[in-house]
Amino acid sequence: MTDTAVATEDIARQFGDFWAVQGVDLAIPAGEIYGFLGPNGAGKSTLVRMLCTLLRPTRGRGLVAGHDVARHPERVRLRIGVALQDAALDDRQTGRELLDLQGRLYGLRRDERNERVAQVLRLVDIGSAIDRQIKTYSGGMKRRLDLAAALIHDPDIVFLDEPTTGLDPESRAAVWEEVRMLNEEHGTTIFLTTQYLEEADELAHRVGIISRGRIVAEGTPEALKRTVGTDVVVARLEHMSEATLEALRSVPGVDEVVADRSEVMVHADDGAAVMSPVAVALHGAGAAVVSLTLRTPTLDDVFLHLTGSHLEAEETGDGAPDEGHAPAAGFQPAPPP
Amino acid sequence: MTSTAAAVPRRAPARRVQARPAGFVVDVASVARRAIRQIPREPEAVIPALIVPIFFYVLNIGALSTVTKAAAHIDFKAFELPVAVVFAVTGVSRASALVTDIQNGYFDRLMITPVRRLPLLLGLMTADLTLVAALAVPVLLVGLALGVHFVTGVAGMVVFIILSGLWGLVFTGLPYAIALKTGNPGAVNASFVLFFPITFLSTTFVPAPALQGWLRAVANVNPMTYILAGLRSLVSNDITGGAPGPVWNATALGEALLAICAFGAVSLTLALLALRGRVRRR
Repeated sequence: MTDTAVATEDIARQFGDFWAVQGVDLAIPAGEIYGFLGPNGAGKSTLVRMLCTLLRPTRGRGLVAGHDVARHPERVRLRIGVALQDAALDDRQTGRELLDLQGRLYGLRRDERNERVAQVLRLVDIGSAIDRQIKTYSGGMKRRLDLAAALIHDPDIVFLDEPTTGLDPESRAAVWEEVRMLNEEHGTTIFLTTQYLEEADELAHRVGIISRGRIVAEGTPEALKRTVGTDVVVARLEHMSEATLEALRSVPGVDEVVADRSEVMVHADDGAAVMSPVAVALHGAGAAVVSLTLRTPTLDDVFLHLTGSHLEAEETGDGAPDEGHAPAAGFQPAPPP
Repeated sequence: MTSTAAAVPRRAPARRVQARPAGFVVDVASVARRAIRQIPREPEAVIPALIVPIFFYVLNIGALSTVTKAAAHIDFKAFELPVAVVFAVTGVSRASALVTDIQNGYFDRLMITPVRRLPLLLGLMTADLTLVAALAVPVLLVGLALGVHFVTGVAGMVVFIILSGLWGLVFTGLPYAIALKTGNPGAVNASFVLFFPITFLSTTFVPAPALQGWLRAVANVNPMTYILAGLRSLVSNDITGGAPGPVWNATALGEALLAICAFGAVSLTLALLALRGRVRRR
């Protein structure tokens, strides 16, 4: 396989007068988890649908596993696994039947299918439900079966379009763990779209931030966060003293020291690099340290810096259930006589 | 941009399987296998298709047998058996299931696999052929239980089932065309209205000589007229209420097959055009 798993040159897609994707350049090396972060409607799914051969680019070029998505879609399809935004399953099949059918369509022999189903189920644990009809599955189980179906033919590259949208935290953590294992143990390249900062931060080696059909920033999560400001080392002290502040100001790499009651904020370009010297300086100045923490900017800060709006503010909601139900009248205590 | 070299993990040890195109026949069989497996899991879609034609068959012969015997000298039980079978097999398809696949994204999942596009339709039609043949058999058995006698014997019954199955198959082209064109369950359900003119503007209840005026003109160009005539020729050699014909009526059977082929040419062309439109990457 080529060293570059996914490459695009000015790839763009127009629907009527609307450009959903407005010229995106990507170069994703094999074995990477690439997180594509942006709010709903930013163009994430359109890009994924072009790369997995469901949509033809209006202009530009996309290469997946070395094959042009427009000219040789059949070659691309053999090398990719895809879990689209809504778990695309057939409720009347059992999980095992669905996986077996996927295997058949990828030309796997019976022994290969049985072996792959067993392997995939070791990675994506669905338990005994695998032999039940899919209509009995929870949302989290459906997503995981969808992931399993995407993996049945051992693809080099896996596209996951918002794999945890709408899932509860426990199911989300399970999917994260499975994605991580898939990448670390099998070396699978993963192209992941998400609207969750936490997800991109947690999983992706590199993140591309998309807004209104364009990539506005790209890099490791840490590098991206550093572009919007300095890290802050926060030291909580039992007693504040001028000597302590002077000691901190003299630490190489520290830009600014700001005292606020019992807390000292130490600003530095690279917070991790100054953590140890700051601790040594505090110890040298005789300060009694209650806690010492490093706070870095979030990807939301990056999005805000680049687009002028918060990521969440651009979202239209993910269908999370309303938790603010009023108790039913029947459950309220009876008024005193 | 920061270098990613450190973050990229090692490659996998060895490929265990190699994805490859499965081949046309395997693709059709795989799609058909799934569709056939779904049928017993949707009894609500199959049971009415069996009960309704048997109900009307028994009702019609109970109500009209004596009258038709006196007026046209025909055995109404034998005359109406092909109608009951046609009712059972017409309009039974996986088109609604196909719309569900389109709407919930499963069709896209299939499109991302290396499956050829034509088997996505042919596999469903293979399942339909299996189902309509399975529906025709119990209706035929009810006819036999009521005393219908096939002049062409067991071989005639087999031909009867095959012709009925082929008719059921070519009719599915219409709901599939609508399903693939619109992706709309309401439109697919509405396609059922096509059933009425095709099946009723014909020799459904009376022989051709008894039809009058515009109905006779319409019936003459309705393929159903020739299909019913072909099926009736297998049951009785007195298909028109007139003089008995030969035991195996090659003309009637040939015209029935031709009518099925002509209807199929139109309906399957529409379905294939709709499939091409649906799978074309826009």
